[in-house]
Amino acid sequence: MNRIEKNLLAEVAGIHEIPEGAYNLRTNGQSAGRNTTANIDIVTKEDKPGIDILVKPGTKNESIHIPVILSLSGLKDMVYNDFYIGENAEVTIVAGCGIHNCGDQSSEHDGVHTFHVGKNARVRYIEKHYGEGDGTGGRVMNPTTIIQIDEGGSLEMETTQIRGIDSTNRITRAELAERASLTVHEKIMTHGDQSAQTDFSVDLNGADSSANVISRSVARDRSHQHFCSNINGNARCAGHTECDAIIMDSAKVSASPKLSAGHIDAGLIHEAAIGKIAGEQLVKLMTLGLTEEEAEEQIVNGFLK
Amino acid sequence: MLELQDVCYQVDEEDNNKEILKHINLTIGHGFTAITGPNGGGKSTLAKLIAGIIRPTSGRILLDGEDITDLSITDHARKGISFAFQQPVRFKGLTVKDLITMAAGKDLGISQVCSYLSEVGLCARDYIDREVNASLSGGELKRIEIAMVLARSTKLTVFDEPEAGIDLWSFNNLIQVFENMRKNIDGSILIISHQERILNIADRILLIADGQIQSEGDRNDMLPKLLNGPGSICKVLTDKL
Repeated sequence: MNRIEKNLLAEVAGIHEIPEGAYNLRTNGQSAGRNTTANIDIVTKEDKPGIDILVKPGTKNESIHIPVILSLSGLKDMVYNDFYIGENAEVTIVAGCGIHNCGDQSSEHDGVHTFHVGKNARVRYIEKHYGEGDGTGGRVMNPTTIIQIDEGGSLEMETTQIRGIDSTNRITRAELAERASLTVHEKIMTHGDQSAQTDFSVDLNGADSSANVISRSVARDRSHQHFCSNINGNARCAGHTECDAIIMDSAKVSASPKLSAGHIDAGLIHEAAIGKIAGEQLVKLMTLGLTEEEAEEQIVNGFLK
Repeated sequence: MLELQDVCYQVDEEDNNKEILKHINLTIGHGFTAITGPNGGGKSTLAKLIAGIIRPTSGRILLDGEDITDLSITDHARKGISFAFQQPVRFKGLTVKDLITMAAGKDLGISQVCSYLSEVGLCARDYIDREVNASLSGGELKRIEIAMVLARSTKLTVFDEPEAGIDLWSFNNLIQVFENMRKNIDGSILIISHQERILNIADRILLIADGQIQSEGDRNDMLPKLLNGPGSICKVLTDKL
């Protein structure tokens, strides 16, 4: 692995060397390394690009890293990864994609991740998207996440895209059975002429299921962001979605929340706020000795932390 | 030492110039100075002028002989002025530790952050990683605001109505904080307050009303006048207390 690839790996997966536990590393459209454990198997799909990740029931405290790295300009990579999480398993999955594009052609990674979370299983899913390189070619990522959670299962998803992705269309679909829970924390920052669209749709189908979708974003320069969320409460359930955006410079941000209740005991809440950094926040930090630019930086970093 | 020389502040209001502060001449030296007076009299405006948040329409402000009138808020802070807001500001995502670290201007160990929080009567373990957002009560925010200025430990600290918006229980704790500060004073403290218990620990008291300094003097001279004196001064304080 060269220096650029190592740097991308550190950015998206927080790892500097070969990770412990199960992993599958994909570099420029090819598998570049894999490890399985007694409880976690990784199998290459035969009908399309991608892998199946199979976690045995009852697996505890194991992790799976599946980073994707693109360092060649002009590459379009598409993968389908399916996760089968057995009953009562507890695992952490770290996915992410880093693109380094110093050429003039677009590099694109489109991934479809499908989670089948078994009864009472608990999954923590961390996904980071990162782009770099000084070429004129675009860095494009379109992640799709499909989530099915069985009775009593839970999935906590942290998805972060802070730098360097020119265009992204992020789609998340989830269906929850009885007592299942889903938590999503999304953090996005766009700058330059970037555009980001996120689209969440969650069906709360089982009694006492719950979903909490929280998006925090910062739009700088001339970038565009659009946030869509749709929570359908089809049973006695609790759904909450929150979109909180800081708008700067000449950026544009829109938020389209939608709630649909199909059951008398569905409790659904949406909160959305878009606004510039409050003047009093800047003034407060300046009275601590920060310059206006430093104050702005601290406020944005804290907001996206 | 802070000096205000013939400082005026006006605002435009429906084509009329409204004078908020009129020809203020004031020197604030070492020790604990309290400013009191009715609402709308110009006290908070004076505090904001000193912190550099607004600039005087005319007149000069000097810190240790250096003219700081036209300096930015940041430069006022860097020259050694701290300002505790009347209404503490909330920040989504920034924690108590983040703000105290920024106030100190250097990386602090956990134990140092904790010692500042302990000084203002907060149990550090419960607060250090809390976000300074709407989940904190008015009293908690006020104490964090004070912990920030303690962490800065500058030569001049200005408090704008530290008692505003907090309950009686929190107020009793706050008085202890100021009493401790009074004992360990190093530099100048300027505190805007309506509370007798705060005025009671001041070395010097100024009464500001109608944009002017109406009277000033030692605590022992001023306090009896303010509390027992005839006319508007008495009314001002009894309204507040």
